[in-house]
This record gives sequence, structure tokens and C-alpha cells, in this order.
Amino acid sequence: MTRPLDSSNLNDGQKLAVKYFVVAVILFFAQLVFGMLAGIQFVHPDFLYGVLDFNVNRMVHINAMIVWMLYGFIGSVYWFLEEESGREIAGLKLGNLGFWVLTAAVTVVVAVYLLVQVGPGNDFTRWFINEGREYIEAPRWADIGIVVVMLIFFYNVAVTFSRGKWSGIAGVLTLDLVALAGLYLAGMFYVTNISIDQYWWWWVIHLWVEATWEVLVGCIMAWTLMHLLGVRRKIVETWLYIEVALMFGSGILGLGHHYFWIGSPEYWLAIGGFFSALEPIPLVAMVVHSIYDSGVHKLRNRNHPALAWVIAHAFGNFLGAGVWGFMHTLPQINLYTHGTQWTASHGHLAFFGAYATINIAFFYLAVQRWRGDVWMGANLVGGWRWKWALGLLSLGVIGMTMALLIAGYEQSFIERAMGGSTWSAYFAGQNHPWFVESMVWRMIFGWVTIAGFGLLVWDLLVIGKHEVRPAETLLEEPALVHG
Amino acid sequence: MEQIPFWASKSFWKKMAIWVTAGSFLLLIILTFDTMSKVTAGTKRVPDYSVINKQIDYRYDESKHHSMPVIGGDAPLFGKILSEQEAEQLVTLGKKTIQAKNCMNCHTLLGNGAYFAPDLTKAWLDPAWGPESVRPMLMKMFLMDPEGNARTYGSGRKMPNLGITEQEAEGIIAFLKWMSSINTNGFPYNFKTAGGQ
Repeated sequence: MTRPLDSSNLNDGQKLAVKYFVVAVILFFAQLVFGMLAGIQFVHPDFLYGVLDFNVNRMVHINAMIVWMLYGFIGSVYWFLEEESGREIAGLKLGNLGFWVLTAAVTVVVAVYLLVQVGPGNDFTRWFINEGREYIEAPRWADIGIVVVMLIFFYNVAVTFSRGKWSGIAGVLTLDLVALAGLYLAGMFYVTNISIDQYWWWWVIHLWVEATWEVLVGCIMAWTLMHLLGVRRKIVETWLYIEVALMFGSGILGLGHHYFWIGSPEYWLAIGGFFSALEPIPLVAMVVHSIYDSGVHKLRNRNHPALAWVIAHAFGNFLGAGVWGFMHTLPQINLYTHGTQWTASHGHLAFFGAYATINIAFFYLAVQRWRGDVWMGANLVGGWRWKWALGLLSLGVIGMTMALLIAGYEQSFIERAMGGSTWSAYFAGQNHPWFVESMVWRMIFGWVTIAGFGLLVWDLLVIGKHEVRPAETLLEEPALVHG
Repeated sequence: MEQIPFWASKSFWKKMAIWVTAGSFLLLIILTFDTMSKVTAGTKRVPDYSVINKQIDYRYDESKHHSMPVIGGDAPLFGKILSEQEAEQLVTLGKKTIQAKNCMNCHTLLGNGAYFAPDLTKAWLDPAWGPESVRPMLMKMFLMDPEGNARTYGSGRKMPNLGITEQEAEGIIAFLKWMSSINTNGFPYNFKTAGGQ
């Protein structure tokens, strides 16, 4: 007997969420493939030279990452929207329209990236081919489409909650989405002055990734802990507020650590250094929160793979975003590490630890419900697959992170401190065996990551299929009694 | 019955979240206004675009303990003194070309971008391009045919041909010259310019 994936197990919001999750997984694959192509080019520079050059591969690599993570977040919110609000989704047709518009836009943008690649130095190129600004390369027409889709998403979240139950999660989420959509506008204008350009560019990049995205995953995590472990709402919502206070309290002015060297005044050295040094604190709070809740519930939960990925998220976010970010955030060290493989090392572990993990956790929650709340606890049929997928993906990303860190150390010393950052110093650093060997190791661990991804997809397609047991029921949480 | 101290209560942290967020954002807005007034082209930190008519260097400043841009006498780019408007047009063409050719996904500008090719922050001053008398010509030849004039330094990495026209190449060079005049608080550190510093 098998349990098929049956959409009648899902509410309308969840059916919409599944569409987002499917595209998220496809784009996750694109991120890995183009990352590998770019990684290979570090080792074999002639590989695909003149066909798919490094700048194209790297652009698709980072854009696919941003977009698949956004798809995962949007899907996760649509997933719990009806359950959390106690109402049917406000604009289901609109939500579906938003999905198809966004997916069509992403397809066209990627096709143009790959087939047209670059254009002449005029406004047409920026509007229809490539904006040429890291992470937000999408041409302007697509920017407008993204804002419209985000507004549809915001409408659905805000109106559904306002018609139903307005919880703490709902409040934080709604305000966070206002900031998320609003901040994107800061990246939607042209300016010749590169100091002003990068000032506003960082509003989008930093205030998304190091502030509003973190709060968004805080909301997703809060709901997940209630659903997965049975944590009481009062506890998760208190933690959510603590995290918002710490996250925005450190992250908003922590933006200043991107303003050290772009022409901005010297006071940013002190402001950026101080507040960004505080940025790991909310991530420590998240670790404490999840360990505390898991301990209270003796790790008894409805979905073992999802909980394992939530734990990976808590530690990965702390290590990747927190520790790896802190390591080079003070201006005294950043002067030497800025723009080296240190940043790539931090980026790989942070995006994986903070965002990929929580999305994967949610994919497992979705598959469980899709198969009719199937058992995903101990002695799961084929349970080796999710454990190996988790192990290989984590090993792959940590391996790449360490390889890039060694390359970053070497670059900081040889190119920056000793060589003084000239072109010849740059290549002296790049040609050094420590750097070259690091790039080989990065590629090897890239293959490990891809193997983990393959296993993950296989597992998501079949997990629970041969299970007959229903999902574990959660114990009522004992109330905290003091004094 | 639960008894939770006020500092651990939901309502306390809700208020904290609101006040801390609002306070931080307000401070950021104030600092943004101040920063904008200090990084507009034509200020002490970010010179006018017509600075491309001048000699630019990057020299160690004893009092600051790092290098600072130094603007010298006339040194017109491509042999012609440009008005502020003409200079801005040329630098704008360069900036638009740098975006259109997706330079930032191989190079870094002000240290931001990708790490497959050298940083461009002070590329105009880099000794690799020789004295100022030949620098614009060498840069132009390279940009218009980077494969034929490849500078791989033994790395095997070559910039691909991106179809950069002569006009666009001049724009890029003007942009690079202007960017090298920005006060970047000493980044990149210890940079030795073609001027011998």
C-alpha cells in the first residue's frame, strides 16, 4: 500500500504554496549548476570561455539563489496563512496570477541572461537585458513585475489576517512585508555617482538579507516550532518579538559595515563596526530558543527531517551569518578582507545556514501534509535518504566555506597586506598554490553539495510513500509555573 | 497560573521591538541625509566629474595613517579639457557601459562585486597600465579587444570580448579615472600607484 501525493489533503493556500515550492526546487538546482560552472572556471579558465563566461554563470548562480529562497518564503507563508488566520485566503486567484506572472518573468529574465548576456551601454540594456548591479541584475521591467507580485502577496497576507485572527506572527509578518516590498524600490533607479549608487544598493541587499529576511524566517520558524513541536504560542511570539528587537536593533544600523569604503563619511566606520558586531546576538537568541523548545519537548516532534533541518537552520544561521559575518565585520580587518574570498566564504555558509535550511524544513512539512499527514518519525521507511541528504548538503557547503576561507586568508595577506592590492598583487594571490588548491577543494565540495541535492529531491518525491502510520500526535505542553 | 516578570513578558518585548525598530530607522534616515550631502559629486569626498581633467594620485597621509586621493594640475583625458557637463556625460556613458557589460560579476568596484578579476577602485592608478602618457591608449586597446591584448599574469583568466565600442571604452576609462578620486577611507590599503607612491 502506498500513500500518493493527494492535493485534496491541502487547503487552497497550501495548493498555491506547493507551486512555489516546486519552482523553488528547480531554481535551487539552477543555483547549484551555475555555481559549479563558475567554480570550474576558477580551476579551468578556458571552460566555456566566450560561451558562458564567468560573469554570466555567477549572475545566474546568485540570482537563482535569491529567487528560489524568495519562492520558498512566499510558499511557506501561503502554506500557513489559512491555518494561522482561520480564514480562507483573501485573493486566491490573484495569488495564482502572481505566481504565474513571477514565474514567467523569471523564465524570460534567465533566458535573456543566458542568450543575450550583455548589451550596449545605454538605458535600453538596463531596462530589458541586465541592470549589471550584483544581486539585483534583473532588468527594470522585471523589477516592476517583482514589486507588483510582492504587493499581491502583501495584499493576500494583510487582508486574510485582518479578516481572520490577528496573531503576533501576523503583525510582525505584515509589517515585515511592507519593509520588504518598500526596500526593493531603493534599488530601482539609475545614478552615475557610484558612491550614491552603492549606498542605496546596500539598502536593498543588506536590509533584505540581514534584516527583513531574517525577521521573515523568524515568523516562519515561529509557526514551524508550534506546528512541529507543539510549542505554545505565547512562548514563540515572545521570542519572535525579542528577535525582532535584536535583529532590527543591530541590523538596521549594522548596514553601516557596508559603508566603510564606498566614499561615505568616516563615522560609518564606528557605527557600522559597532552595530554589525551586535548582529550575531539575535542569532544566538534563535539558537537558545530552538534548543530550549526542543528540550522542553524532549525532541518529540511530528516530522524528524523537518526538525533536523530546523536545527541545521538555527546553528547554520548563527555560524554562517553570525560568526562568519562577525569575523570580518570590524573595519580594522575588513580593510584587508573586503572584496576577497572571505566574503564568498561568509556568503555560502550564511545563505545556506540562514535560508536554504528553513526552506528545506518547510518542504518536508509540505510533503508530509500532501501525503495526508503521514508518519515522519522514527524508523521511517527509507529514512536513510533524508539523513544522507542533510549530511551531504551540510558537508558540501561547510567544505566550500572552509576552502573559500583559506583562499580568503591567503588573498588578504598576499594581495592586500603585502602586495597593496594592485593588479599584479591580485594575480600573485590568485596564482599562489594555497589559492589554487582551495579552488580545487571548493569544486570537490561543490560536487558533494550537488550529490546531496540529488538525494534531497529523490527523498522529497518518495518520503512517506510507503508509510501506513499516521503522523505522531503532539503532547500538550505543560504550563510554566513559577514560585 | 503563570507569573512572568515584566522583562520576559510578551507585551514588554512587543513594545521593545516597535521602539527599537522605529528608533534605529529614524537614526538611519538622519544619517542618510547627512551622508547624501557628503557624497554628492562636487564635494570634498566625491569630486566633480570634471576631475578627469586633472592629475589624480593616491598617496599615504601621515596624519590619517592611510592613503588619500590627491588632485593635481591639469592632465586632460584623451587630450581635451572637458566642461563639467561633458565630463558628466562621458562618465555616465562609462557607468552605463560598466552596468550593461555586467563587469561587477567578475570585478569588484569599491570592493563590491565578484572576485574573478581585479578590483577596479583604483584601476586608473595601477602601475600595470604604465605612465599617464600611454595609459588611456593601453586601456582603450585592452577594453576593445581584451582577448587579443589579454593580461592573464599566468592565471589563464582572460576577459572576454564584450563588444565594447571606442566611445564606450573612453567612457569606462573616464569613469575609472573619476572613481579613483573618491575618498574611500584608505581602501585599498597600501596601494602603490603608477606615480611611484
